[in-house]
Amino acid sequence: MNPAALKVDLPELKSGGLLILDSGSFNERNFTKAGYQQDPREDGSLDDYRIVEVDMSQMTQDALKDSGLTKKEALRCKNMWALGLVYWMFGRERKPTQDWLTSKFAKRPEIATANIAALNAGHAFGETAEMGEDLAAFSIPAAKIAPGLYRNITGAEALSWGLVAGASGADLKLVFCSYPITPASSLLHTLAGLKNHGVVTFQAEDEIAAVCAAIGASYAGGVGVTSSSGPGVALKTEAIGLAISAELPLVIVNSQRAGPSTGMPTKTEQSDLYQSVFGRNGDSPLVVLAARSPADCFDVAIEAVRLATKYMTPVILLSDGYIANAAEPWAVPEAETLPRFPVTFETNAEGFHPFKRDPETLARAWAVPGTPGLEHRIGGIEKASDSGNISYDAENHQRMTNLRRDKVLGIAKDIPAQAFEQGGSDDRLVLVGWGSTYGPISRAVDNLRQEGLPVAHLHLRHIWPLAENLGELLSGFEQILVPEMNDGQLVTLLRSEFLVPAEGLNKVTGKPFKIAEIEAAVRARLEA
Amino acid sequence: MNIATPAVKTAKDYASDQEVRWCPGCGDYAILKAVQKTLAELQVDTEKTVFISGIGCAARFPYYLSTYGFHTIHGRAPAFATGVKLTNPELDVWVVSGDGDALSIGGNHLLHVLRRNVDLQLLLFNNEIYGLTKGQYSPTSRVGTRSPSTPGGSLDTPVSAGSFALGAGARFFARSVDTQQKDLPVVLKRAREHRGASLVEIFQNCIVYNDDAFAGFTDRSVAADAQIHLEHGKPMLFGKERNKGLRLKPGRLELEAVTLGEDGITEADILVHDETDRAMATLLVGMEPPSLPVAMGVVFCDPAPSSYETGVLAEVDAIQSSRPGTLAELLTKGNTWTVS
Repeated sequence: MNPAALKVDLPELKSGGLLILDSGSFNERNFTKAGYQQDPREDGSLDDYRIVEVDMSQMTQDALKDSGLTKKEALRCKNMWALGLVYWMFGRERKPTQDWLTSKFAKRPEIATANIAALNAGHAFGETAEMGEDLAAFSIPAAKIAPGLYRNITGAEALSWGLVAGASGADLKLVFCSYPITPASSLLHTLAGLKNHGVVTFQAEDEIAAVCAAIGASYAGGVGVTSSSGPGVALKTEAIGLAISAELPLVIVNSQRAGPSTGMPTKTEQSDLYQSVFGRNGDSPLVVLAARSPADCFDVAIEAVRLATKYMTPVILLSDGYIANAAEPWAVPEAETLPRFPVTFETNAEGFHPFKRDPETLARAWAVPGTPGLEHRIGGIEKASDSGNISYDAENHQRMTNLRRDKVLGIAKDIPAQAFEQGGSDDRLVLVGWGSTYGPISRAVDNLRQEGLPVAHLHLRHIWPLAENLGELLSGFEQILVPEMNDGQLVTLLRSEFLVPAEGLNKVTGKPFKIAEIEAAVRARLEA
Repeated sequence: MNIATPAVKTAKDYASDQEVRWCPGCGDYAILKAVQKTLAELQVDTEKTVFISGIGCAARFPYYLSTYGFHTIHGRAPAFATGVKLTNPELDVWVVSGDGDALSIGGNHLLHVLRRNVDLQLLLFNNEIYGLTKGQYSPTSRVGTRSPSTPGGSLDTPVSAGSFALGAGARFFARSVDTQQKDLPVVLKRAREHRGASLVEIFQNCIVYNDDAFAGFTDRSVAADAQIHLEHGKPMLFGKERNKGLRLKPGRLELEAVTLGEDGITEADILVHDETDRAMATLLVGMEPPSLPVAMGVVFCDPAPSSYETGVLAEVDAIQSSRPGTLAELLTKGNTWTVS
């Protein structure tokens, strides 16, 4: 760290943690820029930490003195020197990074060479310098993971590929219609590069046109998907209502960001749960799913397409800025084991009307334009349940409202029962999470359980409808704690659905939860 | 051999079983009749035809046709239609809209569907008023229009559908009048024939809230002198005696109406309509009585080599056929490792 980084990030470091300081950058000029009155190494503010001072600036320059780079250019490689040192500390392979640098700077090989040299020099420093116990290589044993083929994947890639796999499972064309917005645009970029899978992408003139074109695509017999972030989804609201009323499949991906309004576009938050579950005019139920991690986006995207096409309903898939941009290792599934749920369009004119329903799923018949004998008219005006024609009949509106509700609630029968991630009904406190809080919650619960504390973890993928057994699971707990990166949204839903004394643990700083924060909150409640 | 000869469809076969419910005397009835007649003349397949509308009186249109129909939300019909064409370009798509729907709340979508040149027909029923919401002034209402929302008369300059379309880069613009049952089907057929976005502005009388708004050029007594019916390659003549014509004012990029035989004017002085001339089209759509006649018929038609969805889908097809992707290849591309 240089003085500026130290000033900003020191509060994030646990007491007793290790600080590696770039001593070459600790000078009066940088103290002033960072807002330090004096050298922080000498005012006692770092007494709680273990300090290692390394003159990274100088060492990087030394390593690159024959590279032909100017001093300024050489100093830009300092991050790679530091990374090399960290790789040594944690026993990580340098090769993937070297390969990445070679391909990243393919057009400027001298830059690639210099960065690789800096990476190697930082690594060599760790190996050879005698820094004492403060800077020793940590031995991190390989995590126990199932055998198989693995890869790294970002949330945006996993979600895009999941949509492709979902459309393939449904045997339909994927038509992805979107308008650029941070942090959702990476989906449009990824899918625009997948034309060899038959994917059609459409950059619309605005958010509204994007969702309308996606609905048009579903009307014509494709899988219409639109994607945005909270403010963009707000604009799509009216059209989503039409898809609910006309009962057409639609997937809406919301890469959530801090709100309200423009909020903090590059900061993560999970505060669009209310918007997803409730945010429309009229009684307008739809399906809401949430991905827990980058890799999970793949499965959730397939599930979104499955439910949308099977039940003729819009599905909102909640991701967030953190999930979209983060990457994690992923056990690559065998393509032939992916779910298959081929759609059968209605072709039988006998007794057909557009709101004829499957008695089991309550999904209406999907008859696409081009089918002879099934010509029909649909729209956003209330329809007679027995003909699909416009109807203002009082009893009919009650019946149709009930049908739309029951169709969506009935999906609870078609989703897995809620299971514990860790712990079970014997524990005293349950943490209930959704979305990208999965990582810190599961680590916190793991740590606490190792200490013998009676803590369980439930993580929800299906936000609406909720799993059928969730209420029963929750009712067995003395304490229910719901960590969310919002001001308390899932907690309200759980309280209203199940009348349980769930309590919120809420954080809206634009940063993910820390494991320690969750641990502390649980301890405080168990000790109370 | 047991092949049924397809029965010849009449205009009635293009009507749905739903009762038509516009105000008695509404111009929409006449347009509906002209459209059904056009569909019958072309013997279009009902199953391959989709009418898409937004919100407004005009937007009820799809319910009254025996084709596929989608009554969507206010102003957005062009966006739905774009999604339909990107998914199934074989479908013949018609968008039905009014002046508020297309030029106010939906102005953005009209702009983009025209410039993208999606292959569809847009019928713009222009009655210069909001009918369904009971008579407020619309974006095409003339300055001074008194309405419930502008009791002192409207102040803002109306938008011209033709100027808007040409400015947006439309490649087909035509005009007609609800009651001109001979001309309207001709224009509709030309619009359907055009590969790309075709906008047809239809002056439509709202008998309740804006009656006779267009009488100044549609009334029998004045129509011949107040309208010019354009035909490609023909001199731009009009008038009861067909003795009036259009020419450029000497020294200006401006049209003027002249009379044959007066001031030495002969037919050789009269401009010939070239429907591919965009600059001339911008002059023609701006013509207003009393000094100039209202331009009717196909004002502009200059097809592009290909429509938007054709281009998009051709690109997808070309890439997919040259290197078809499989899921297995997608999931394993790039850097992978095996854990044993």
